[in-house]
Amino acid sequence: MRKFYTLLVREVRGYFHSPIAYIVLVFFLLVSGMAFYFQVSFMNQRPASYSVQEMFFNNVLFWFAFVLIFPLITMRLFAEEFKLGTIEPLMTAPVRDLQVVLAKFVGALVFYIVLWIPTLLYFAIFQKITHQPAANSAGAYWGSYLMLLLLGMFYLSVGCLASVLTKNQIIAAIISFSAITLLFFLGLIQIVMLDVSGGTRDWLGYVSAIEHMGTYSRGIIDTRPVVLYLSMTAFMLTLTYQAFQSRKWRL
Amino acid sequence: MIKVENLTKRYAGQTAIRDLNFEVGQGEIMGFLGPNGAGKTTTMRILAGFMPATSGRASIAGFDVFEQSLQARSRLGYMPENVPLYNDMRVTEYLDYRAALKGVPHRRVAERVGDVKELCGLREVERKLIGTLSKGYRQRVGLADALVSEPDLLILDEPTIGLDPNQIRQVRELIKNLGKQHTILLSTHILPEVEMTCSRVIIIHKGRIEACDTPDNLLGQIRQAGGVVVEAKTGKDNGAEELKKISGVREVTTDQDEDWKIFSLRVESGLDVREEIFRLAAARKWTLRELSQRRATLEDVFVEITHSDQTETPI
Repeated sequence: MRKFYTLLVREVRGYFHSPIAYIVLVFFLLVSGMAFYFQVSFMNQRPASYSVQEMFFNNVLFWFAFVLIFPLITMRLFAEEFKLGTIEPLMTAPVRDLQVVLAKFVGALVFYIVLWIPTLLYFAIFQKITHQPAANSAGAYWGSYLMLLLLGMFYLSVGCLASVLTKNQIIAAIISFSAITLLFFLGLIQIVMLDVSGGTRDWLGYVSAIEHMGTYSRGIIDTRPVVLYLSMTAFMLTLTYQAFQSRKWRL
Repeated sequence: MIKVENLTKRYAGQTAIRDLNFEVGQGEIMGFLGPNGAGKTTTMRILAGFMPATSGRASIAGFDVFEQSLQARSRLGYMPENVPLYNDMRVTEYLDYRAALKGVPHRRVAERVGDVKELCGLREVERKLIGTLSKGYRQRVGLADALVSEPDLLILDEPTIGLDPNQIRQVRELIKNLGKQHTILLSTHILPEVEMTCSRVIIIHKGRIEACDTPDNLLGQIRQAGGVVVEAKTGKDNGAEELKKISGVREVTTDQDEDWKIFSLRVESGLDVREEIFRLAAARKWTLRELSQRRATLEDVFVEITHSDQTETPI
């Protein structure tokens, strides 16, 4: 456990030692802040049936920023170690492969959570200034942030897998960006293609991140996405672990 | 401490090492020599648990490096070639991290890290970012890392590469001192280094062990053991002709330094022909400026072993 903790601390510090952390933070706060501002001004012009909080988590600008942060967070995880050769001192220390994989994943998750904390301020400031609730209920906050966590875990594990496959960070970023974008917008197929059957439509609904977010941000905690995302995360991390071990045989 | 049996490693299409067998005993300093691409780094990486062998086994302190990798790795300090380090960490921070990772007890981390910083001369850079350090200091950080957990065995892959002569001397002294408590396996290109520090030497060439003995025995084994250098004014005499007649002299090459002739003689091993040369010079009335015997060095051994089979088909 101590070794895992040591590795985790090094991963989290690694983010804040590199300029990437600050660039991602600034980019993300800029884009999400802009999204928030646009939504509020938009809602100012006409009556809306959504709360500010619901609008914030269900608009195009949010989606855009959302899919872009995962490659930026995960691309360096393994690729950088392979490139610099630091994998050699790391893996000749008495640590297990699984400890390293989990430490890198949890490290990325910690950074992801840190990234989201400032967005809570948006709602606080909104309520302070307008003296109106930003959300319809407290459950809506819980729901949307829980869905952020679930989606985050899944997409970060996809990013881990992409990073373990190459020593080139750019390639890792492109692989994870493509995979995550496809996964995230999978649910939109039913809108784009009109001739899909009812069964396919239902199936796409089950895996559509956009629909999940829509449900959760209203404060409805459906357990099906929880199972989906947790099991997919476990699956992706298993693949990452296997791919990480395969370095021994590919050398 | 180290036991290697029939160790073979094949990469796609080529064999890096084949059928290595050797043992390194407790407290030995074993030198690992060979030309580039001979398989030194491959062997060390297998021993350090970084990659598995294709066949054969290797164990450290009785633990198989593959089956019981964690136990084997926790008894080992490994310094990889070119010392890859996290450039964004500070020296002390990095060593603290490595100590914790290697299972140094929490209350002993500060003491151990302090000790290795002292030992490797890292005090003056302890707060610097590793990325800003010179090659020599990076090398020392790598060495400090290998030492921090007080391992029984040190595996050092080219610990002195890229250092200046003063630093090489420091590292050599350090390794000699470490040899009192640790078993050491080190690879290097610098042969005088091995003669001075190592108790035994393995010469590896094209993936095979060509020689494994003490440096003294290796020097005794080689055919062209010695050489004699003679500098003389020979007057009308050719010089080389006369020298060649002395029994035991195999070959004479002549150089000219203004009036002086410099003869390099290759002599059969175990013979000292200097007395005869002196008598010859006295009889022929040559003026003698130098008459010295060159000791064979490990370099001669190395060159002989790694060049003798150049005509063979490569593996």
